[in-house]
Amino acid sequence: MTEYTKPLPKADPVTAPFWESLKREKIEVQRCDDCEAHIFYPRALCPHCSSRRLKWTPVSGRGRIYTLTIVHKAPGPAFKADAPYVVALVELDEGCRMMTNIVDAPADPDHVRIGMPVEIVYHHVTDDVTLPKFRPVVRAEA
Amino acid sequence: MPTRQAAVVGVAESDEIGVVPNKSTLQLQGEAVLNALDDAGLALRDVDGLFTAGFRTTEVAEYLGIHPRYYDGTHVGGSSFVVHLGHAAAAIASGRIEVALIVHGESGRSRVGLPASASSAQGMEGQFENPYGMPGAPGAYSMACARHMHQYGTTDRQLAEIAVAARQWARLNPRAFKRDPLTIEEVLASPYVSWPFRKLDCCLVTDAAGAVVVTSVERARDLKKAPVRVLGWGEGHDHQIISQMPDVTSGPGRISGPDAFAMAGVKHADVDVAEVYDSFTYTVLTSLEDLGFCRKGEGGDFVSGGRIAPGGDFPLNTSGGGLSYTHPGMFGIFTIIECIRQLRGDFRGQGLRQVADAKIGLVHGTGGKLSATGTAILAAD
Ligand SMILES: [Zn+2]
Repeated sequence: MTEYTKPLPKADPVTAPFWESLKREKIEVQRCDDCEAHIFYPRALCPHCSSRRLKWTPVSGRGRIYTLTIVHKAPGPAFKADAPYVVALVELDEGCRMMTNIVDAPADPDHVRIGMPVEIVYHHVTDDVTLPKFRPVVRAEA
Repeated sequence: MPTRQAAVVGVAESDEIGVVPNKSTLQLQGEAVLNALDDAGLALRDVDGLFTAGFRTTEVAEYLGIHPRYYDGTHVGGSSFVVHLGHAAAAIASGRIEVALIVHGESGRSRVGLPASASSAQGMEGQFENPYGMPGAPGAYSMACARHMHQYGTTDRQLAEIAVAARQWARLNPRAFKRDPLTIEEVLASPYVSWPFRKLDCCLVTDAAGAVVVTSVERARDLKKAPVRVLGWGEGHDHQIISQMPDVTSGPGRISGPDAFAMAGVKHADVDVAEVYDSFTYTVLTSLEDLGFCRKGEGGDFVSGGRIAPGGDFPLNTSGGGLSYTHPGMFGIFTIIECIRQLRGDFRGQGLRQVADAKIGLVHGTGGKLSATGTAILAAD
């Protein structure tokens, strides 16, 4: 296996449960006990209502593309071979948004569109880090 | 109600701008400072307030050999210097300082003596954006633009109008970096950087510095150039990283714009010339909407048909802007420099280079990833 040279996230005490959940292939985010919002990225307080009562909660891993860009000029050598590739903001069905890559689809605005339903794929990029990527939801029956 | 009104009395760039590989970042800043003070008829020893971003205020003061008793290092990216202008005007109004110096410059292209910048893998951007190969500003602004196109039908041809108008203005400015003729078709034929942005939707990268000197209107009357009064200002804050932007189609100009207009007591129709930070073509389009020159979603129509080009009825980015004049890394300071020159009538006798009868000007900076804005409204005395 070749060495992974792309930037890796370094968890902090508040965000660690998110990264740990991905390693188990179960995505969890915080949910506010007071205003009931799912929040992302993880915090010590709810950015909507300032409550400290946040609870780690499994979410579906499904959502829709809120917006995207197709990167032709990569930010550095580690991503160069991947270009063009899709960086997107995905809005989870539970309401919070996260950045990700859209995979298993052509990096083409005719194939990857705003509003498109997507689902999580777990990319175990190193022994310690699993990144949440998303792919278009394909209907089972032809 | 301010006790004293502030006025801009001196503006300048560094001796050279563009490709200046033989000069460091701080040297460029030093040149701009001396040139701006000379424009005002003041000296470094007169400066008692220092405003800078991206550098420590102590670092810049040390290099210049000054000991300011008031300093402000508010760093909200390219909008910082318009925000500084408001802060300087407030400090002058309160009587705290007499002469404010705002300075910024970078050896952005040649990269001589830039401050170290490293984003931490444990910061929020390091954890939640960088692992996906997010290409910084071009990626963030293009994501916002893609959503704007989806929601409002904005087209790449409308974006190209902005690049072409900037180039037409640059052709009138001998200091502009790019002065070749440019057509909409050429913009649309340039390669994608980060869809939907093409190369010619993106600002330049140059070596340049700029400085702005502000004092009270009373003191200004004794100086070399006609003062330009600071009528009103506003600042707006939204998010830091693009994945946290609540509505990517609407930036914090919706906060800074109305605040600046209300304080100035002027209406949109009163604005004779506008200098709106054009990090990307789209930045202009969404800023004009956020500022209220047109409704959200109508920016594409607003900039079309040559309206913002020389001779059009909405003179915008009359230097050629960050797209064609210069852009060392954070352009905001140059919006002020150009606006002051227009309001003083510095280009009289140079045809379309001078906006005729320019009395009221608007400057607007956008920083970070559409993260923060500063707006100021200026008036010829
Ligand atoms: Zn809450």
